[in-house]
Amino acid sequence: MVASDVPADRVWEVFRQESEGDPMIHAGNVRAPDEELAVHYAREFYGRRQESHRLWVVARDAITELDDPDLLQPPFDRSFKRPSGYLIKHKLEAAKARATSPEPPNE
Amino acid sequence: MDEQQRADAFYAHVVGGGKVEADDWMPDDYRAAVLKFVEMHANSELMGVLPEREWILRAPTLKRKLALTSKIQDEVGHAQLLYRVAEDLGKPRDQMLADLMAGKTKFHNVFHYPTRSWGDVGIIAWLVDAAAIVSQQALRDSSYAPYARTMKKICWEESVHIMHGRDVVLTLMNGTASQREMVQEALDRWWGPLMQMHGPPTDPATDRDLIWKIKSKGNEQLRQEFLGIYVPRIWELGLTVPDPALAYEQGTGRWTYTEPDWNELRSVVTGHGPMSQQRLEFRRENFAATQWVRDAVLGAAPVAAA
Repeated sequence: MVASDVPADRVWEVFRQESEGDPMIHAGNVRAPDEELAVHYAREFYGRRQESHRLWVVARDAITELDDPDLLQPPFDRSFKRPSGYLIKHKLEAAKARATSPEPPNE
Repeated sequence: MDEQQRADAFYAHVVGGGKVEADDWMPDDYRAAVLKFVEMHANSELMGVLPEREWILRAPTLKRKLALTSKIQDEVGHAQLLYRVAEDLGKPRDQMLADLMAGKTKFHNVFHYPTRSWGDVGIIAWLVDAAAIVSQQALRDSSYAPYARTMKKICWEESVHIMHGRDVVLTLMNGTASQREMVQEALDRWWGPLMQMHGPPTDPATDRDLIWKIKSKGNEQLRQEFLGIYVPRIWELGLTVPDPALAYEQGTGRWTYTEPDWNELRSVVTGHGPMSQQRLEFRRENFAATQWVRDAVLGAAPVAAA
């Protein structure tokens, strides 16, 4: 790639941390020819009103995306991976009843 | 600002509830303390799957096999997340694994014991994970923010493991007399290690992990919280906790119990537990057996630096 093929500006994705210790959350993006100017723009758009504790500025072409539903939302039942996949109400009632009854029910 | 003033300002920040990010400046003492804490946690997640993996092929139903396999995958994932947090503090992952396999670093006491029955699988997933989640929930407030955020994800997954374990225990308790005996026998064996798990009480005035808010609750406070939630849940199933001195004191709002065997704890975590050496040997064999995967992914090790 020769110098003239480099786009005049690139898209930079901006992530912001609202308060100390918070996760970095996507805020938006800016266009800028280089990192230095991208950081200035990010500061003007997302940090001008003291609403950010920290910003991350990342070139969009440095981000790799995965959105394949076959991988992220597979159709099989995986309820055993969630707390709601275990319905213990009746089992708990039965076990408590057994524990408090003088004569255990027949097995 | 000289180094001492800089350190003083840093400690005032964390003592006052301030957070620290991976690329922030931090004093060496703080860095070393966080690293030691997180590395031990990561080691425990990695070693903690070994007792459970012994039961994958013996799980009683397909659903239990899937759930147990999924739990084990989660725990290895936690180890990966935590080694990542630790690596950012400056110790390479290779070195952490080498130190673990050489017995130079520790992992939690409960993973040095054998699993003898399917009842153990239920007790581990329910009560060992419960004791762990009590301390892990407190770590979501850690002054080291990357660790705190990682704990949010880990706690979410651990809550599934506790449900899985409680469901296993409830199913057995609603089963036959011998299945109930199996749970009771497992509880009898695990109670001692469970009571030791949070460690002996420490002096809050000298516990640096507490002062620097790397952890937010002391050992005894965590044990009291565990007892407060889980002893009633154990009792309501008709199970007996094998400690005649265990009681809740209305006046103080505290649980009293027989002093845990701290000598056993010290002995076990320094590699003298009933399964310590077998588990480390398995980890070493597994590391050697998977060398080809690392070679394939990373390329063969460079011969020598030019």
